[in-house]
Amino acid sequence: MAITRGFGARRRPADERLPPGQYDTGSGWPVLTAELTPRVDLDSWTMTVDGLVDGLASWTWEEIHALPRSEYHGDIHCVTTWSKLGTWFAGVSVDTLLEQARPGPLARFVLATSTTGYTTNLPLADVTGGKAWVVWEHEGRPLPTEHGGPVRLLVPHLYFWKSAKWITRLTLLDRDEPGFWERNGYHDRGDPWREQRYQGD
Amino acid sequence: MTGTSEPTGPTGTGGWATGGWTTGTVQEVRRPGPGAVVLRLAVDARDDHVPGQHYVVRLRAEDGYTASRSYSVASDPGDPLVELYVERLDDGEVSGFLADVVEPGDRLELRGPIGGWFVWDGVHPLLAVGGGSGVVPLVSMLRHARAEQRPDDVCLVAAARTADRLPYAEELVGGCQVVALSGEPSPTGRPAGRLVEADLAPLLRPDQQVFVCGSPGFAEHAGQLLVGLGVDPRTVRVERFGPSG
Repeated sequence: MAITRGFGARRRPADERLPPGQYDTGSGWPVLTAELTPRVDLDSWTMTVDGLVDGLASWTWEEIHALPRSEYHGDIHCVTTWSKLGTWFAGVSVDTLLEQARPGPLARFVLATSTTGYTTNLPLADVTGGKAWVVWEHEGRPLPTEHGGPVRLLVPHLYFWKSAKWITRLTLLDRDEPGFWERNGYHDRGDPWREQRYQGD
Repeated sequence: MTGTSEPTGPTGTGGWATGGWTTGTVQEVRRPGPGAVVLRLAVDARDDHVPGQHYVVRLRAEDGYTASRSYSVASDPGDPLVELYVERLDDGEVSGFLADVVEPGDRLELRGPIGGWFVWDGVHPLLAVGGGSGVVPLVSMLRHARAEQRPDDVCLVAAARTADRLPYAEELVGGCQVVALSGEPSPTGRPAGRLVEADLAPLLRPDQQVFVCGSPGFAEHAGQLLVGLGVDPRTVRVERFGPSG
């Protein structure tokens, strides 16, 4: 592709933590959501793992807090080109939830569902092996509502629309079923290091 | 990639499904104020957009460094050019370049049109509520309704502090358009003040779609007003504009 007339070289030194096409948003954390921000009622909220599992599992807000705490320290990347570097979250590892739910032999994909009805799809391999969390804490404070609080999925090695806000359910499937943004043109996997932004990338 | 790539958005797919980049030649540059620039581009191998969709603009330096951002289309699909409204952000790497450097004749890498959610199907009547530069994709919807001789199908409620900070303020008159300015009376005589339920209540119809676009704070405020008026929150489509210099 041709050079853009008058556009100089990068203004900031390259940061090897930034995937291609991303910029560092610094201390900021933009809010991007397709729906109105919901009020999640923690008395009735549950986290459920269902679908192709041998032991359907569900936790109340209290029960999920009794599971072993797990933290993620690192970076997050939004498809709209901002990245937030060196941040951290706390909650529970998805591995812990799956230990109890026991995925069946045919389970290959996951559909995550929010209290709003928002969905996003992921390969099962992308939420196992210490790569995904259900989190309620950001940098030591309760996760703010506009950022998915009180509780969201966190899959930081993929673009952040995969980290469904206001998570309430993971459904294990034998096939990849496109979620909300994926039906609307975004990529089924969303690996920022391969710039998998849109369908066809 | 895995799985199906069948797009099932509410309207047409547009060129985003092909994933390709194209080039646009800047035909016109207009600066409605110091804080914004309007670019009108002739797009090579253009796919018509659906009102509400956006383009990605990618800048490329000699050392191969690139920077890209998304901008909503303001023009009607029938416009021979694609019009992008770019708000100039402080320290905005891309918006600053587009506002200060770009001239007619420049060629820009483009990808789009993109988006299958925040788009008007052109069928249902629409209540579109925008704050500041959040009105831009809604202006495309309003222009489309007017071009289709159905001006009353899109009611655009636009909020800003003052009229000179409201993109396309001069077009937001007549019909069921509402301009709500917090810092001065609106041109139609509405007293200065924040957007309130009374601005929206007369425009509600049972069969309409409701879109909200603006900053997170504005989207939250508008959403609360709509829900307070009995609008089902699940029917409201929202596009939040963050700082994305």
